[in-house]
Amino acid sequence: MATDVISESGTRSDFWQGVRLSMPVVVASAPFAVLFGALAVDNGFSVLEAFLMSALIYGGASQMVGIQLFGQHVAPWLIVLSIFAVNFRHVLYSAGIGRRIAHWPVIQQALGYFILTDPQFAVAEARAASGQTVGFAWYLGLGLPVYVFWVIESALGAVFGKLIPDTHALGIDFLLPIYFLGLVMGFRKRPLWLPVVVASACASIVAYKTVGSPWHVSIGAIAGVLLAVILPPHHSGVETRP
Amino acid sequence: MSTTLWIIIAGAVATYLTRIGGHLVISRFENVHPRVEAGLNAVPAAVLTTLVAPELLNAGPAEWAALVVTALVSLRGGLMSMFLAGAAVLILARQFVG
Repeated sequence: MATDVISESGTRSDFWQGVRLSMPVVVASAPFAVLFGALAVDNGFSVLEAFLMSALIYGGASQMVGIQLFGQHVAPWLIVLSIFAVNFRHVLYSAGIGRRIAHWPVIQQALGYFILTDPQFAVAEARAASGQTVGFAWYLGLGLPVYVFWVIESALGAVFGKLIPDTHALGIDFLLPIYFLGLVMGFRKRPLWLPVVVASACASIVAYKTVGSPWHVSIGAIAGVLLAVILPPHHSGVETRP
Repeated sequence: MSTTLWIIIAGAVATYLTRIGGHLVISRFENVHPRVEAGLNAVPAAVLTTLVAPELLNAGPAEWAALVVTALVSLRGGLMSMFLAGAAVLILARQFVG
């Protein structure tokens, strides 16, 4: 009985400790959630569809890619493939965090993987690296506020986006390329970043001119990834890891 | 159901597969080949680049200015500051060159 009370209050404080750590992520992602909602409506989504996309996919960059291609009337299966490609990095997070949460019940693990975003992985991995246990309550406290705010703010952005009269003067149509460039620049410390970006940029422009949209996305991405695979491993900086 | 809804559901399934797939597949292997890891590392930058590069073909002075400022600010600031700087330049420049 006494141990039950102790472990329950421990779980509760773990949860709130996670919530505290989630606050910077909530604040930083808020503008992008609103932006996503507004741009989704601008690209032909309804408010409900923007809400559902945030609630079910829950991956900022991939949602932006999805609505951008949707606005360009790209074939549905290619939109899904592009969402998959942008989110493919999660495979690495999943492999990493799997070791930390293997002691959870399966249902909790299944939910844990659903909210495994970039910051969720970074913060959870940092906790594990410092020698602390990654418990379900703590992990949920970290992830749940980010999820709830992301979904609500997306819907608000979608409602608000319908009220914007002149989207060209406000630059709404070109905000996505700026956002994507920002994301590309954010990866610049990775090994092989410059050659990959140059290869993908050249291949996608050539493909855009010759084969046409939307194939420039797949062709450009494959060119960059192939280059990274072909270049000798000592350039890619991965061979030194244990 | 509408096409949009199918895209969202299929996109959600594909995304969930990436989030659980690494645990189910990659963790079974003792080592990931360095070339495979280098390829996986390159995926996000490669995909996102293809969404920016072709836009340069249709871009006017306002769009170019916005992208250059975004890239410059990125050397110092975070994602939010570079996005806001690029957007501000774009909106301002469009008032003059349309």
